[in-house]
Amino acid sequence: MTALPTSTQRKLGLVIDLDTCVGCHACVISCKGWNTENYGAPLSDQQPYGADPSGTFLNRVHSYEVQPESAPAQLVHFPKSCLHCEDAPCVTVCPTGASYKRSEDGIVLVNEADCIGCGLCAWACPYGAREMDAAEGVMKKCTLCVDRIYNENLPEEDRIPACVRTCPAGARHFGDFADPDSHVSKLTTERGGFDLMPEQGTKPVNKYLPPRPRDTLGQIDVLAPLLQPSADQPKGFVAWLDRALGAL
Amino acid sequence: MHPAPSVILFTTLSGLGFGLLIWLGLGLLAPTGWVAFAFFVVAYLLAVGGLLASVFHLGHPERAPKAFTQWRTSWLSREAWLSVAALIVMAIYGAGLVFWGAVWAPLGWLGAGLCAGTVLATSMIYTQMKPVPRWRTWLTPALFLALSLGGGALLAGQGTLALILLAIAAIVQIAWWLRGDGAFGRAGTTLSTATGLGHIGAPRSFEPPHTGSNYLTREFIHVVGRRHAQKLRAIAFLLGYVLPILLLLGLPFAHIAAALAVLCHIAGILASRWLFFAEAEHVVGLYYGKRP
Repeated sequence: MTALPTSTQRKLGLVIDLDTCVGCHACVISCKGWNTENYGAPLSDQQPYGADPSGTFLNRVHSYEVQPESAPAQLVHFPKSCLHCEDAPCVTVCPTGASYKRSEDGIVLVNEADCIGCGLCAWACPYGAREMDAAEGVMKKCTLCVDRIYNENLPEEDRIPACVRTCPAGARHFGDFADPDSHVSKLTTERGGFDLMPEQGTKPVNKYLPPRPRDTLGQIDVLAPLLQPSADQPKGFVAWLDRALGAL
Repeated sequence: MHPAPSVILFTTLSGLGFGLLIWLGLGLLAPTGWVAFAFFVVAYLLAVGGLLASVFHLGHPERAPKAFTQWRTSWLSREAWLSVAALIVMAIYGAGLVFWGAVWAPLGWLGAGLCAGTVLATSMIYTQMKPVPRWRTWLTPALFLALSLGGGALLAGQGTLALILLAIAAIVQIAWWLRGDGAFGRAGTTLSTATGLGHIGAPRSFEPPHTGSNYLTREFIHVVGRRHAQKLRAIAFLLGYVLPILLLLGLPFAHIAAALAVLCHIAGILASRWLFFAEAEHVVGLYYGKRP
């Protein structure tokens, strides 16, 4: 059913720390690696070694430059995947019921056997979290590694999404936002975790942690002031040259 | 948004076909025998042809029947139900006219309502899209319905009615364009809200996630040159509205003039519908640094 559950028992999701992410794209690769050979249709590539390579990814890392008013610009790496919204607009537009949000843990999934590949869910998502697979003709999206997190055949430390497991910087955290004492809930409260595009009214479960304020260093080189250019009032030949060039 | 030819053809032709069926159903014209047969063939070719074009646009057309299941929440599912119901009811009504010369008026009214409902459902698929501010206005269903009714009247050979309805549609079209041009800015979604970095300073896309294109950039980030968009608007307006109105005004309702008016109208509305998609900005473009 494409009607959204009024509430979910758990709210599984990710916290992504924009302060810590180093932009290595390891989460992108591990996500593609796990999800291309497990749940659902593989994540195909078109012309991977050709002139115009492209492919399906469930997680992509953007990079943004932010320019504070009076400080050097900051570079922020910005991983983006499905936010498993509480008010997921992608679910209600689906004509076949292939898209659904699970009432037990809040994960938004696509039943690929029911997907007609109309693409409406991807239109309805403001975040670009859904991609139609060009080879399979069905919609692909982040499953929060539903085939890992409950998988008792895996060692316990691996029962988290592949992106979280692989992140070398510890910038990704997985947990239950419905539990106020969970690791992710605490992180969100402590660090001021925020929603992407709150004005779209999607109520995303995933939260982003803002970059911490940068240190500002005072003057550290005592000799630096002595190196200021001092030719404010040129004299002699330089003064003549300055006037001559200025008159040209 | 990517202007897919199948969807442009579908919305334009089906809109016209259902518009003609609305007037037939309302009994504005009640042809019988072969004349009725010709009218219904034209209407069904347009309506069904458009629907088929949209079905083949799907990734898995063979699963299309599943689209009837979610009518409680999905406008696309409602459109599927309404279109099939409209086509069945109007086929029975048409059979009455063609074979028995009988006007089963209540059936016709029901069919006309279902046809109008189909056009409304089609327009609501676009209107409901919050990430596309240009579409999210009551003017979108108004435009689709006005065009369907006006074009339908033109096909039905109802000169005066077509004249009035096309003039109304022209006004709605201009209002839709004017409103649409500022819609993205007014919606309030910016790269700052998209990244949540606005409190630090002005964000700018520094590097995309990949060097090539992807589904998102192909489907949602279609950039039309402003100058070309204005030219195309002029062409669409001239062909779709002005010329058909002039032809209806200037010439007595002869078949040649009517045919010419219909062809002009279809060409103009195809151009307008291309712009409907090509000019529509999806907020996901912000993440790729492709929006103002």
